[in-house]
Amino acid sequence: MKTKLWLIFALSVMASLAHTQDMPMFHWENFTTANGLPNDHMFCVLVDGNRVWAGTENGLGLYENGGWKVFRPDPETKEQSLGHQAVLSLALDKRTGDVWAGTMGGLSRISAGRIDTFTQLNSGLSNDIVYGVGVQGDFVWAATAAGASRLNTRTGQWSLFNNRNTPMYEIWTYAVSPAEDKVYYAVWGGGVLEYDTKTERWKDYNDPDGETEMVVMKDQGLIHEITTSVSYVDKILWVATYFGASRYDGRYWHNFLTKDSGLPSNFLNQIKGIDANRAWFSTDKGLAFYDGTNWAVYRPALDTHKPEMLVRDATGVVKKVAVRSAPAHNYILGVDFQGEDIWVATAKGLSHGIRQKSSIETAKAISTKKSDKK
Amino acid sequence: MLQVAGILAVCLLAIAARPAPNQSTAALLRERYLSPIEMAVSPDGTLLYVICQDSDEVRVLDAASGKILVSIPVGHVPRGIALSRDGNRLYVTNAWSDTVSVIDTAARQVIQTFPTGFEPSGVVVDYAGATLYVANRLSGDVSVIDLASAQEIKRLLAGRGASYLALSPDGKRIYCTHVYPNPGAFRTKPVSEITVIDTENRRVVERKPLQNVAGVFHVATSADGKLSVAAQLRPKNLIPLAHVEHGWVFGDSLTLFGDDVGSDAVQIPIDELDRYYALPWGIAITPDKSKIFVTTAGSESVTVIDVARLLKTVKARGNALANDLSASGEYVVARIPVGHNPRGVVLSPDGKRLYVANRLDDTVSVIDTKSDTVTSTIDLGGPKNVDALRRGERLFYTADFAFQGQFGCSNCHIDATIDGLQWDLEPDGFGKDIVDNRSLENLAGTEPFKWNGGNPDMPTECGPRTEKFFFRSQSFTQQQLTDLVTFVYSLPYRPNRYRLLNGDLTPAQERGKAIFERSQAKNGAQIPETNQCTYCHSGPKFTNQKQIDVGSGKSTDRSSVIDVPQLPNVAYSAPYLHDGSARSLEQIWTVFNPKDTHGVTNDLTKDELNDLVEYLKTL
Repeated sequence: MKTKLWLIFALSVMASLAHTQDMPMFHWENFTTANGLPNDHMFCVLVDGNRVWAGTENGLGLYENGGWKVFRPDPETKEQSLGHQAVLSLALDKRTGDVWAGTMGGLSRISAGRIDTFTQLNSGLSNDIVYGVGVQGDFVWAATAAGASRLNTRTGQWSLFNNRNTPMYEIWTYAVSPAEDKVYYAVWGGGVLEYDTKTERWKDYNDPDGETEMVVMKDQGLIHEITTSVSYVDKILWVATYFGASRYDGRYWHNFLTKDSGLPSNFLNQIKGIDANRAWFSTDKGLAFYDGTNWAVYRPALDTHKPEMLVRDATGVVKKVAVRSAPAHNYILGVDFQGEDIWVATAKGLSHGIRQKSSIETAKAISTKKSDKK
Repeated sequence: MLQVAGILAVCLLAIAARPAPNQSTAALLRERYLSPIEMAVSPDGTLLYVICQDSDEVRVLDAASGKILVSIPVGHVPRGIALSRDGNRLYVTNAWSDTVSVIDTAARQVIQTFPTGFEPSGVVVDYAGATLYVANRLSGDVSVIDLASAQEIKRLLAGRGASYLALSPDGKRIYCTHVYPNPGAFRTKPVSEITVIDTENRRVVERKPLQNVAGVFHVATSADGKLSVAAQLRPKNLIPLAHVEHGWVFGDSLTLFGDDVGSDAVQIPIDELDRYYALPWGIAITPDKSKIFVTTAGSESVTVIDVARLLKTVKARGNALANDLSASGEYVVARIPVGHNPRGVVLSPDGKRLYVANRLDDTVSVIDTKSDTVTSTIDLGGPKNVDALRRGERLFYTADFAFQGQFGCSNCHIDATIDGLQWDLEPDGFGKDIVDNRSLENLAGTEPFKWNGGNPDMPTECGPRTEKFFFRSQSFTQQQLTDLVTFVYSLPYRPNRYRLLNGDLTPAQERGKAIFERSQAKNGAQIPETNQCTYCHSGPKFTNQKQIDVGSGKSTDRSSVIDVPQLPNVAYSAPYLHDGSARSLEQIWTVFNPKDTHGVTNDLTKDELNDLVEYLKTL
């Protein structure tokens, strides 16, 4: 009887998947303090090969070989330990493997186990609250509560960018996305700043509606001044705000709001572009994926808290896909990728989305998981 | 009569203690010493390549006869050498040119020059001959250079003062050591590391911590890859140096790691209870892993260790060995006297001969590894005259003058620089008058010396003070003191890497200069002349040579009056303030200048403070 029920369930999954086209499906495994995560309140996640770094409210966790290692500040070694237990941002230097952690007490470099912390007292860092960090070549860019800081790792020179030398009228920088040609900053309440690495000039992008929550001039510019995240990939800028998301191709803006897209919420904590057309959106009402046409949302349902996956096609039709698992919480703060898998930082734990190769495989995986438990 | 003689002696010392008026002309006229420091042997064992630090060249010798075949000019102050596996390419780092010279060994000439980080030292090439790794001492990192494209593709963070590299026999790992301890909290035990680089992904994959170690030199790995050995110093800088006669100030030791000793590194002493073998530097392990040879640069000898006996001791006692000087009797089988300041060593491919570079003799000792005796000494053809500078340099590098031969000047002033440590020197109680180690570059015109300016001149600094507080043993003769002072005063500035080649300042440096030279605070108030940066830090060396209370004294200092330090190359000598309590230039002002007594800085924004730092780095 049970086998029949599972067959029916699997068939229904396959049927629903026929409508999802190529939207990725995941089996979610969640980590909390119960299985080693330093703290359930996460801020960020970073993947480096088989290693997963989890920035939480109370420590930095490293998941490797099935176990967790936790880093916290050490009063004995001081600046040779993590700057603060609250880890707000993470970035990987892909060339060296060094991990940079933006904390509430400075910027820490973790290099093969050695930690050096740069603070506003011992270095040229502009402020100890480091909301965002990014690495481009020999430069490490930090988004702090007092403007942008750039460290040249070869010479040790710090350069600061703020209201005195850029169009940054608000200095609360919240996130950074550095690339070879451009560096973008999300300035909380100040829109987006662009740094041209060739000309070394700054330019700002603001909401044409000003600092209001009205959207009169949709697609005429940035959706809102309160920006929380930027992602620059394939010469496309993706921007997250507390009032919607934006995509900018260097000439045209396109804005995304819940009323005319598959976004589950206009309140975004992070945005991560995959390429020019695809991006992941971390919102307070779930994790969303946009493939350029269709949308998918992954979350515990807002009412029942049961696992939920919603797919919205180009015509705006939304369908529910039957799923057996979901991210740990619908308040999403950030994502990173491990091959086709996704790791998600939520307000109540870290989630590992294991990609299911196809709808049939997905159905099989779901039934197999269930069978395993029998 | 005695009084007259005394005055005459003081006058002579004073003259000797000042640099020659036309030093550059004198230097031109002076024949250049060679100062061989590192070597490589061709794969067939027939050729010996010797890099000569002071003559900026590689001398190629017939290994059998010792005959010099050719001299190949390279960059300034060559320091590291590596030969490709096939022997066709020789790589030489030029420490003061920030380059690597690539030599075609058949043509015997430099065919390429690569830029590196600051002060390149050790170098290795991977087995494929595709990637070159260079340890940069001043930038504390390892340059990864792609040989095909002749591009430095990245820098890997290494220990502070990254200097020596060794490639594991399977080619998969590179071990990097460093001569200054890693940054740490004030007045805590120094910690160093062996940086382990994976040659496949060209990343640092491990840092083996070396507790209580400051100053790690060569590292070598046995042919079977199971035993690696690094030469190192274990300082006791947290207790008063006056305790020299109670035990070691510096433990001369080795760190062992690899399968032969288990998962954790093991530290072992090479000293004896009443005799020290100072500054272990070069390391070689025979191909059959029967012996380890260690040059002791301050003791003019080579220490020979029986590996089987060593491993037996380690197995029995583990890490409890580190401070037991009697342990060396269980595994040290010979001490072979060689020339002055022996540094690099290299074995012939068959392991039968060991070559030792006697840096301050311009010779190479050839040791028979079976009998542990010197069979010949190769004269590299340097000047035959040993002048005052050379005599002084030998005095600087020897440990002969300290009680039981424990240490010499160069223990703290590694390669005539600093050691990155803070010392409790005088017998005034534990933790009193802590002093940071100052740089020795271009000291003439910076007198007086000592943190409180208590020593009026260099002869006092190097003479009675050293005898009383440091060596606790025999004193220098007047002639020796004169020679030593002459040498110390001859030490030049190292190249400053923060200045633009055309001499201009960057915009940030220009802004910093204006802050350094300002006489008004940002609110328009006049800064009292005595509290302007340029009041104390004036003149060509940026010191007015006075002793001033700038509020940086500590409750543990006997006096709050501090000698004004010179500033040139200040970027190289962290930490700062007289006691090293400021771990970075920034902390001088962000932490230790709350009342604007060390210049007016509290009105500066963070940007402006950064500009000031950028300017100071150019001095």
